[in-house]
Amino acid sequence: MGARDMIGARLLALALLALVLGPLAAVAWRGAGLTLGSADWAAVQFTLTQAVLSALVSTVLAIPVARALARRRFPGRSALVTLMGAPFLLPAVVAVLGLLAVFGRGGVVNDTLAALGLPTLSIFGLHGVVLAHVFLNLPLATRMILQGWQAIPAERIRLAHSLGFGPAETFRHLEWPMLREVLPGVALVILTVCLTSFAVVLTLGGGPAATTVELAIYQAVRFDFDLARAAGLAGVQVLISGLAAGVAWVVLQPTAFGAGLDRQTALAAPKDWRRWADGLVLAMATLFLLAPLVAVALRGLPGLADLPPQVLPAAARSVGVALVCAVLSTLAALLVALAVARKAHPLVEAAATLPLATSGLVLGTGLFLLVQPFVPPMTLALPVTVLVNTALTLPFLYRILLPEARAMVTGYGRLADSLGLRGWARLRWLVLPRLARPLGFGAGIAAALSMGDLGVIALFAGDRQATLPLVVSQLAGAYRVEAAAAASLVLVALSFALFWACDAGGRRAAA
Amino acid sequence: MLQLDHLVMGQGDFRLTANWSAEPGARLAIMGPSGAGKSTLLSAIAGFLVPTAGRVLWNNVDLAGLSPGDRPVSILFQDQNLFPHLTVAQNLGLGLRPDLRLSDGDRVRIDQALERTGLAGLGERRPAQLSGGQASRVALARALLRARPILMLDEPFAALGPALRSEMLDLVREVADATRATVLMVTHDPKDAMALGGQTAFVANGVVEAPVETVSLMANPPPALREYLG
Repeated sequence: MGARDMIGARLLALALLALVLGPLAAVAWRGAGLTLGSADWAAVQFTLTQAVLSALVSTVLAIPVARALARRRFPGRSALVTLMGAPFLLPAVVAVLGLLAVFGRGGVVNDTLAALGLPTLSIFGLHGVVLAHVFLNLPLATRMILQGWQAIPAERIRLAHSLGFGPAETFRHLEWPMLREVLPGVALVILTVCLTSFAVVLTLGGGPAATTVELAIYQAVRFDFDLARAAGLAGVQVLISGLAAGVAWVVLQPTAFGAGLDRQTALAAPKDWRRWADGLVLAMATLFLLAPLVAVALRGLPGLADLPPQVLPAAARSVGVALVCAVLSTLAALLVALAVARKAHPLVEAAATLPLATSGLVLGTGLFLLVQPFVPPMTLALPVTVLVNTALTLPFLYRILLPEARAMVTGYGRLADSLGLRGWARLRWLVLPRLARPLGFGAGIAAALSMGDLGVIALFAGDRQATLPLVVSQLAGAYRVEAAAAASLVLVALSFALFWACDAGGRRAAA
Repeated sequence: MLQLDHLVMGQGDFRLTANWSAEPGARLAIMGPSGAGKSTLLSAIAGFLVPTAGRVLWNNVDLAGLSPGDRPVSILFQDQNLFPHLTVAQNLGLGLRPDLRLSDGDRVRIDQALERTGLAGLGERRPAQLSGGQASRVALARALLRARPILMLDEPFAALGPALRSEMLDLVREVADATRATVLMVTHDPKDAMALGGQTAFVANGVVEAPVETVSLMANPPPALREYLG
């Protein structure tokens, strides 16, 4: 690989920068000079409040769960760890439906409360939004913290044993230092995710007291058609999420996507009451994560035989979007990772990282402003969705691929050079076989995330461009609960099938 | 003829010079303390490192600007000489055609190379299924197939035991004879240098000295070499 590939990476970087900076420029131009009203400031405040609360609650609750997983062995443990990986890929609309089925009006919890003569709860508003964010992010936090526990060196744990440490000393000298290092990163990742959350707030938030900036952008475009205000809000959102993403990018270790969580730690497993406490923590976490999914499944299964007619075409559109996104994002990430692994290249790296500072609705608004003078935005709904999701998944894929690409260059770069492996031959006989596993995993992530994304599509689509998440959301909004649950079962099945197919394909090619 | 014309290599504070030439078919051991720059010299000749000054010439042609794969060089590294995801036969095939579009004639040549290096029947194995000695043989078999006029070895047998190492040195000589290659072998063991036969270039104090007959060098070592040998 030589100068030609480097030019390719540079051209790609410029295209990416254009894709992100173009919409941002449109937003800045159209939104400049807008003064934010009190409703807008309320949205900023709510965005920050819900994100901080969601991050704190998810992180704090994840600590006991991760600790129990780290020091206990039991049948089904690895299944539980796998289950913890699932919500990252679970479409947010589906999670919300599940939570509504459990905690909403007529849900299990409220029925029980009513039967006991107690006052019922409402899932709408700030606490509902936080609840949904905790549901979606607790597993991610748990996996990240579990990784911290397993990274405590075995020698240090043996030393602790030999010094006769009890649980208190172990916590003070081994666990607390690790947590102090890991927790800020965990909270920051979740904060960043929640700052741009849209689907959750669309359903569970709303109204003057519970509107985020993302939701306000959507309402400004869709209901008020006030594009200047949407642009101004998008600028605010860029400031907020750009700042958070920038801090997270610097603070965060690139090990957030973990493998090898099955490993046994040498950590002592206290046999006293703590055993029951750990058991209780794990049981409650499992129940909290599984109940909404089971509820959706139970509600949706009967409706599968009688799906509304718009579901299947929407599913076909979603699969198409997901596949194109997966291919584009994986190719782009591969090209960027290979170039950066060879030689530090700030422009290329910046291009691959920049999308983190934006959000689906920000890019969507910018693209809306750019295309609207020329064509009805609705006609471009699907291509725009593909572009935006490609840009938004690229940073994740790049982060997954870069360490593997570096290892490949370090291990086999010189050998390949000395044998004159170039261009297609290098790709075919070195890069694809060495990187098949992370490429498959990354493509799976891109496919599942873009399959479940409800953001930019809500901004653009009419009925004839709707993707499956949008159909689910519309059905739920029309109180067709059973149909919504059935459609979301289709959505979940397709998302996980796509992820599994890509991931397994990569692993098979690597074997 | 391999010619190092006022060659200067440097990385940071480190500086290494060489100014000598080697006859075609020469057998050169490159010896010296660790960190003296033995591998740096091979990297410069192989094209992995751009010299700060001077030239590397092969038959009076400057090699500057030629990428590693286009140089008249085969190189064996300390480790990672084989791609673990390819079979032994594919690893050899890369020496004939980097795109692995092998003709029947190519396959016959691969089988012959396997047989000649004592690897008959192992073509379909993956490197992980080979012993250390067998893996070294595969790398040498590939050098045999590539038949480049310069064969460089960067301590490729360091991890092997003494008996296996002398077997490998025999094979190196055999491959070099068959391809009429000039051999440059980095080693820190005077026994290896003796076994290779030919000359030794001693590296110390930032200079790769011009090669001298190994036998006479060992019989009457200069002070720096005496200190190194202990």
